[in-house]
Amino acid sequence: MEIQKPAVAGTLESSDAMVTVEPGEGIELSISSTVMNQYGRQIKATVLETLERLEVTSGRVTVVDKGALDCTLKARVECAVFRSCDASDANIPWGGAIR
Amino acid sequence: MIRRPKPERFRLRRTMMFMNAQKPGLIKDAYIYGCDSIMLDLEDAVAENQKDAARFSLYHALTTIDYGNTEVIVRINGLDTPHWQEDIRVCVAGGADGIRIAKCESAKDVQTVEAAVEAAEKEFGVEVGRTLLMAALESPKGILNAYEICSASQRMFGVAISGGDFRKCMQTKFQPDGVDMLVARGQMLLAARAAGIQCFDTVFTNLDDEEGFRAEVLQNKAMGFDGKSLINPKQIRLVHEVFAPTEKEILQAEKIVRAFREQSKAGVGVFTVDGKMIDVAFIPGAERTLRLARACGMYEGDLV
Repeated sequence: MEIQKPAVAGTLESSDAMVTVEPGEGIELSISSTVMNQYGRQIKATVLETLERLEVTSGRVTVVDKGALDCTLKARVECAVFRSCDASDANIPWGGAIR
Repeated sequence: MIRRPKPERFRLRRTMMFMNAQKPGLIKDAYIYGCDSIMLDLEDAVAENQKDAARFSLYHALTTIDYGNTEVIVRINGLDTPHWQEDIRVCVAGGADGIRIAKCESAKDVQTVEAAVEAAEKEFGVEVGRTLLMAALESPKGILNAYEICSASQRMFGVAISGGDFRKCMQTKFQPDGVDMLVARGQMLLAARAAGIQCFDTVFTNLDDEEGFRAEVLQNKAMGFDGKSLINPKQIRLVHEVFAPTEKEILQAEKIVRAFREQSKAGVGVFTVDGKMIDVAFIPGAERTLRLARACGMYEGDLV
């Protein structure tokens, strides 16, 4: 998928993450997290893996993490990317690219 | 990926706790509370512009979090919204045990949902018939059509009344004695029993009114409900206590079932236990008491 316009998903509540995606050159990832020291590397890996599954090859991705589990992080990245393509409301490939 | 076991159409459902599918903090460990079922909500708890996000969150919760023996039901958006079809796809793909149909008013509503569920089961390679259904009756029309709704599908395991919307339609308010919903509750119970499915009461929203809550739960049990919808974990314990059989009821049930089995072997159809007449009509009730007692950890015998 190609990030076509800026989009946001998630909140700043505890156990959640807010993910913003914007069009850009290459993947530019910036992460801030309340648990950066403990889980920074894992958060980065999960976000990159999710982007790869969605075949996103370029865009600026900003993650503000408030202690989200991996499954929440994935859900927020996916939702933001689908929103940036106006494709988040129907015919989602559950179990395909989303898994 | 978590694969949940095949859902049981009839199981113990004393407590069904609502939670917002869009809030990760709530749904990540909902199994710890010990309610029989959780109800992940895509409908009223989720703001209109977050319906899409709630589905992504729901899908990953369903496929990642091990809810164990806690049943996982999802409340989908009404058939008059643009959301319900995608709601059904995500529920089936994620392997939810069941779907709660909001604002159900006719057998046709149930069949419309069933057709979409079956299509989704085929699309995602899920066994056809796996996903259970229940209906929420929220309007006078839903209550009047309760029997056709209850008997509309082999997937239907239960029916529930939704007090907020119903009272609004009836231009009434919550009454401590339940008179505002007496007829509706009664009609729904009759329909559910006639169709052989379970029946659940609405939520009690005033968390500070413990006495009022207890009175309502006692009335629910007296009327014959199987369980109640809840909005807060602190409500679980009381419902489980009230719906549990007493020691006396368990002993009595055990005696009745045991005596019945002995007497029928000897060719006797009607007999007395502790001075009360007993025949075959008492047996299903007594067996149900024992099953409930077993689920509550109060019975370890081998009669059921």
